Amino acid sequence: MDGVSLNAYLLVGAVLFVCGVVCMATKRNGIGVLMGVELVLNGANVNFVAFSHYMPLGLDGQVIALFVIVLAAAEAAVALAIALNYYNSFQTIDVDRGDDLRG
Amino acid sequence: MTGDQLLFAILALTACCGAVAVVISQNVVRMAFWLIVSLSATAGLFFSLHADFVGAVQLLVYVGGTLVLLIFGVMLTASGPFVRIRTTLAEGLLGACVGVALLLTVLSGVMGVAWDRVAAHQTAATPPPQPGFNPAEEGNTTRPLGLSLLGLRPDKDLRSPGNEPSTGYLLPFEIVSVHLLVVLIGAAYLARTKRRARPEAIEGTDASGTT
Repeated sequence: MDGVSLNAYLLVGAVLFVCGVVCMATKRNGIGVLMGVELVLNGANVNFVAFSHYMPLGLDGQVIALFVIVLAAAEAAVALAIALNYYNSFQTIDVDRGDDLRG
Repeated sequence: MTGDQLLFAILALTACCGAVAVVISQNVVRMAFWLIVSLSATAGLFFSLHADFVGAVQLLVYVGGTLVLLIFGVMLTASGPFVRIRTTLAEGLLGACVGVALLLTVLSGVMGVAWDRVAAHQTAATPPPQPGFNPAEEGNTTRPLGLSLLGLRPDKDLRSPGNEPSTGYLLPFEIVSVHLLVVLIGAAYLARTKRRARPEAIEGTDASGTT
């Protein structure tokens, strides 16, 4: 990638990050909030890999990106289990309706 | 415009448009589809950055595993066949305004840094790479990544004058493996159906029937 600058990749990462944040903030579906988290982590990954390529860091950025991917998978599994419990308790996945703390 | 730039433009536009479509669309299944598009385009960006192993892991774990998990979540939590939980128009507009402001803030911070000078500074701090072993720029990153996860860094140790070894990633690798085990047990424990609330108790004004 000779003709593409680092700033272009950082722009893509920033757009993914902001989309994820807006998705987390505005979606009322719990699964939609999880998808927002995935988008945020993905934007961070783009930045890590771009810095790993354009900066003299070697493979550090790629290793961190791998860890981020693995942790995102683990987070999705646990959050999905929580969402299933939430659905069992409230009969909906709308996060605005889970507003009582009784167990 | 060279072929690299054209490829980057296509992949970046696909990734960004997919992400925006995830935010805009109201149906959860369509959100999952656009997320697949965006993540696949991001894997293409990784390939174009010569990070072949990370791109492959992105396709395998993210698109193949995590998204299928999310789609299973959509299936298991759907109340009806075409359920839509809408955000109101005012909330959408407010979210768009906040998103644009956040994007401008992040971009002003990112573009304000002269990355060329940072790269030059770091290049001056690190010894120059020796010719003949430079896997990070060749695109063949699988073996160096595996060795770095084992704690060995041939790509850095061969460059250094031979004094101190570079940092490997054996300890984070072990921590992540134990973390995955804990997550496996915890998710299996949490997702068990212990009790099921009666729907008629939820329909009332008081949701006290959840025992």
